[in-house]
Amino acid sequence: MTAEQIIFFLTAALILVSALMVVTTRNLVHAALWLIATLFGGAVLFATLDAAFLAVVQVVVYIGAIAIMFIFVVMLTRRDLLAKASQTNAGWPWAALVAIGTLAGLVFLSGQMPNAGAQKAALVGDPLVALSTALVSPDAYVLAFEVASIMLLAALVGAVYIANRK
Amino acid sequence: MENPWVYLGLFLIVGLIIPIAAIVMAAILGPKKPNPIKLSTYECGMETVGDNWVQFKSQYYVFALAFLIFDVETVFLFPWALSLNAMPLFVTVEGIIFILILLAGLSYIWQKGMLDWV
Amino acid sequence: MEFLTDPIKVIYDWLMSVLSGWGWADWVSALVINLLAIVVFILIVMVLDIILVWVERKVVARFQDRLGPNRVGPFGLFQPFPDIIKLILKEDITPEGADRVPFNLAPILSLASVLFLWAVVPLSSRIYGVDLNVALLYLVAAGSIGTLSIILAGWSSNNKYALMGAYRMVSNMISYEIPMVIALLIPTVIVGSMSLKAITEAQFTNGGVWFVLISPLGALIFLIAAIAELGRSPFDLHEGESEIVSGYHIEYSGMKFGLFYAGELLHAFTFGGFIAVLFFGGWHGPWAEQYPLLGVFYFVIKAMIGYWVIMWVKYTVPRIRIDHMLAFNWKFLTPLAFVLLMVTALTHRILLDAPTWLYVAGMFLSNVVLVWLTVELMRAQARRKRQSLPVIAAVEH
Repeated sequence: MTAEQIIFFLTAALILVSALMVVTTRNLVHAALWLIATLFGGAVLFATLDAAFLAVVQVVVYIGAIAIMFIFVVMLTRRDLLAKASQTNAGWPWAALVAIGTLAGLVFLSGQMPNAGAQKAALVGDPLVALSTALVSPDAYVLAFEVASIMLLAALVGAVYIANRK
Repeated sequence: MENPWVYLGLFLIVGLIIPIAAIVMAAILGPKKPNPIKLSTYECGMETVGDNWVQFKSQYYVFALAFLIFDVETVFLFPWALSLNAMPLFVTVEGIIFILILLAGLSYIWQKGMLDWV
Repeated sequence: MEFLTDPIKVIYDWLMSVLSGWGWADWVSALVINLLAIVVFILIVMVLDIILVWVERKVVARFQDRLGPNRVGPFGLFQPFPDIIKLILKEDITPEGADRVPFNLAPILSLASVLFLWAVVPLSSRIYGVDLNVALLYLVAAGSIGTLSIILAGWSSNNKYALMGAYRMVSNMISYEIPMVIALLIPTVIVGSMSLKAITEAQFTNGGVWFVLISPLGALIFLIAAIAELGRSPFDLHEGESEIVSGYHIEYSGMKFGLFYAGELLHAFTFGGFIAVLFFGGWHGPWAEQYPLLGVFYFVIKAMIGYWVIMWVKYTVPRIRIDHMLAFNWKFLTPLAFVLLMVTALTHRILLDAPTWLYVAGMFLSNVVLVWLTVELMRAQARRKRQSLPVIAAVEH
């Protein structure tokens, strides 16, 4: 068991436990806090895969902006933050069956894939430099870069619409 | 160390443990004499009247939304800024177009009054 | 002699030899030595924090024309120690109805988010934590954990004043994060790397100059945004004692309040350190490359000067109202920062191969032109507003 595997298993355990707590806890703000733990686990996984930029961007955007917006929204819309209804509905055995079946199918299929169990490939060059040149070079992703700005503009227009309706 | 993230992970863990140790030390060393007045919520010395829920101004949410969009934009600008020295001039112009589109968005939400604190 | 030129390596090799002599495996001793280094470093930073309490109190006293603490020890130097002892011995009160885990977690995260920042700061040519290649974004990430801790504190206190203070403080911090990140983009554009070590070294190698000469407007925008991020005056709504009774600090007492307070002072000093690293050459100074300890000394001096400027602004300028503050950010600072970024990127790319003096002159000139244009725009706007006001006829006596 290499150190990398230990870190991976610990992080995966953190993510799974936090994700479970997000959907089962009764207090909405606690759910937002468990979501933050899950997102942080995602950032740690990015770091182990040598995607340094994505790891810090995950913390900056997801935890620093989206999670805070979740908490604002929760406090804006809810007067009492506890979910009073029952946590499960009547059809939960069937849902559990479908979920376990899907998981088994996915595990089987990913075991069949040709690269299962492969080692992490050695990186060629600096990943950060590769990312930055790929994002702006004309035969790579520059169109996606510019279209992303249009998408953010659309988000701003939508935000104005929502804000004016209040 | 070869992998900076291991050192950073250790730093994070130790950086969390030391404030925890400070609080635990204070919890152990301090007196423990709770009484109802000490534990009650503070409202300038008076008793709290009414619910502990204040009408949340919706303007806070609007600012959080504007911040989110511009935060994502600045995150996109970091790889662009890294590539400027190695790429030709029109790459700079691409980034300037990106910023101009979002400045147009900023001016739009400004005109629509979304940035006013009513 | 070798100790003076490369202290960390000497200590590391000596400890490695000691631990290998005890028969430990190589990676175990490397791990233990790194752990020891981290603990020692963080303890030094905490001691620095305690000294900063004294500095803050003396400086505020001098600005307010009084003496400050001068009883405990010479010049009151030992004053912070009785303060710390008092805070430790206070009772640990959690108000009823407060959510226990976030309530206790908030001060820990607040101080921890500042401690995390010290991992990437280059103190000298050979003394630094990690040379992270995404150090600038890491700074923003650690700042966002601080923002999270404030909303945790405000919400879990079960107190409407705390909640209102926390909302205003978090709106303040997230709004000013945009100009701060854009001001961080300016050294990235100039150097082409996000690593703080590379940014520091670019300011004196190959005929580089300190970035404050290349982009003074960027330094100014970073300073303003940093003061707002810290939540210090003039942007200190969360401490509006006469308005909302200390904001999200209300229900905190004892060591938890001590952690918030110490975290805030240390955060201010850390931002002084960032201004030094990003715009004033970091640890650069005469003979700093050969003697790393001298580099640390220069860095601390520059960080202290930056911290002094932040304190100077705090104790001189009155508090700004929240709508003025947010309008200043979204309607003035953010557009200005974006325009500065565009102008800087274009000028930098055009002058990339020019000799150094031409480059510095060109960038400095572009900043000056931008400042002049902004001032003219503001004056035209003020003139328009003045002319649209109703004219009051003069009263004849």
